[in-house]
Amino acid sequence: MTDTAQPAAVALDDATVAFRVAGDRVYTAVERASLSVAHGEFVAIVGPTGCGKSTLLNVAAGLLKPAAGSVKIFDQPLTGLNRDAGYLFQADALFPWKTAIDNVAIGLDIKGAPRELALQRAQGWLTSVGLGAFANRYPHMLSGGQRKRVGLAQVLIRDPKILLMDEPFGPLDAQTRQIMGNLLLDLWNADRKAVLFVTHDLEEAIALADRVVIMSAGPSARIIGDWQVTLPRPRDISEVRMEKQFHELHREIWRVLKDEVMKGYAQSTQAEAV
Amino acid sequence: MTRLTLLFWQSMVAVVALALWQFLTTVPVFGKILLPPFFFSNPVDVASQIIKWFTTGVIWKHLMITLLESVLAFVIGSVGGVLVGFWFARQPRVAAVFDPYVKMINALPRVVLAPIFALWLGLGIWSKVALGVTLVFFIVFFNVYQGVKEVSRTVLDNGRMLGMSERQLTRHVYWPSALSWMFSSLHTSVGFAVVGAVVGEYLGSAAGLGYLIQQAEGVFDVGAVFAGMFVLSAFVILIDFGVTLVERRLLVWRPTAEGRG
Ligand SMILES: Nc1ncnc2c1ncn2[C@@H]1O[C@H](COP(=O)(O)OP(=O)(O)O)[C@@H](O)[C@H]1O
Ligand SMILES: [Mg+2]
Repeated sequence: MTDTAQPAAVALDDATVAFRVAGDRVYTAVERASLSVAHGEFVAIVGPTGCGKSTLLNVAAGLLKPAAGSVKIFDQPLTGLNRDAGYLFQADALFPWKTAIDNVAIGLDIKGAPRELALQRAQGWLTSVGLGAFANRYPHMLSGGQRKRVGLAQVLIRDPKILLMDEPFGPLDAQTRQIMGNLLLDLWNADRKAVLFVTHDLEEAIALADRVVIMSAGPSARIIGDWQVTLPRPRDISEVRMEKQFHELHREIWRVLKDEVMKGYAQSTQAEAV
Repeated sequence: MTRLTLLFWQSMVAVVALALWQFLTTVPVFGKILLPPFFFSNPVDVASQIIKWFTTGVIWKHLMITLLESVLAFVIGSVGGVLVGFWFARQPRVAAVFDPYVKMINALPRVVLAPIFALWLGLGIWSKVALGVTLVFFIVFFNVYQGVKEVSRTVLDNGRMLGMSERQLTRHVYWPSALSWMFSSLHTSVGFAVVGAVVGEYLGSAAGLGYLIQQAEGVFDVGAVFAGMFVLSAFVILIDFGVTLVERRLLVWRPTAEGRG
């Protein structure tokens, strides 16, 4: 499935990210994280809240410069924004003043594509994510899950080589998550992009990914584990959960993750008490 | 309350107020009229004055003048406010340099400028337009400035990741956000355009609703003063209704615009 002859789509090497907080204090969010995503590989990052998952994605997107370490995209050092990446943000990122179809078409519009073509392709993508009938709705007239789908179409219409996704199904209910997960797998099966998928849900990570990477609780979060998921593809999110291998892997990873989640929780409650 | 009962009670307020007004200004209580008609006129006189204005047609000229001044003040003030607000927000250094002066001018009660504008621009419509512009400009300016500054970080990053250049960000992100803030202050800025026009007319002019009221006061014709005030209120309510219609079209994408009205 993964092609070792080709350079890694994303390669973080000892990346350290620090934020300046309150004047001259520095908060090291991520320390010496190394991670690589092969061409066509689906990698999920799991970690407790606030550990630095979004931060890591921002680094891969080129929105954030690491204080130390290197970022390479297809073997080229990343300077500025990552032009090969499509980024589905954790927070709402649709343009609220554009209709669903205009939100999707914008990626082609700004490349100077003819309007007719852009709209036609956008309608096609909306249909692919199951929103063909919602083209003229504004984002506020869509449910959270529908907005995420529009966001997915908005990113995919540009056909990026790398897909960065930050807890895309986070706020959705369990059923919608499964539907969205299967939708994502179907789309990904059609043309295997390199995917870096952030989630706090370990089950979701195992069900979707080729590899699951675990981060420790912050500050100075590190990557503390890396598991191959060899469950056969194509997968169905709800069926794959029944398999024996799924449970064994889940138990194994959870043993490592549990401690970090507890640490992360303790820290977050402390921070609130200060 | 249903729509009909609400309408009933709303009309009742007017009926009672008018009846009380008519009663107290015409019928003696304990041998004494409580509200002397000279100071308070009465509803019947006021109504007949309004009817006379409309049947003879004299009012139209004044309404048109006030409307023209308001529209000009609104358009010029808005365009200026949008351009300068946008410029300042995108060029923080320019904004920093001008900041104290903007605050200074905005702190000034605009009425004191009326005589100066009359001196510079004469007693025609332009001195009133200028007064309205000074009011409208700042409202639009502050809103547009805010609108550009408060663009969501994520939406901006999304635009960048989708491949927008700075110019495309301006067109697809900053600009719509700024305009939406301007539109959301539409009621206030249109209201101030009318205030500027009427106050300007009141302080010195030869036509307009403000002039009409000022003239009536000059000859102690309280009935005409009240009549002028009622016409002015109706005028503002009509304009405000128009603004609501425009706003509903322009802000369809906003969750708040939908539930309103
Ligand atoms: N711009 C910032 N300034 C200061 N601290 C930040 C900033 N962004 C994130 N952080 C901190 O870095 C840590 C990691 O954040 P984030 O990557 O958003 O976590 P998550 O794993 O939940 O996505 C958190 O403790 C957060 O408070
Ligand atoms: Mg996050």
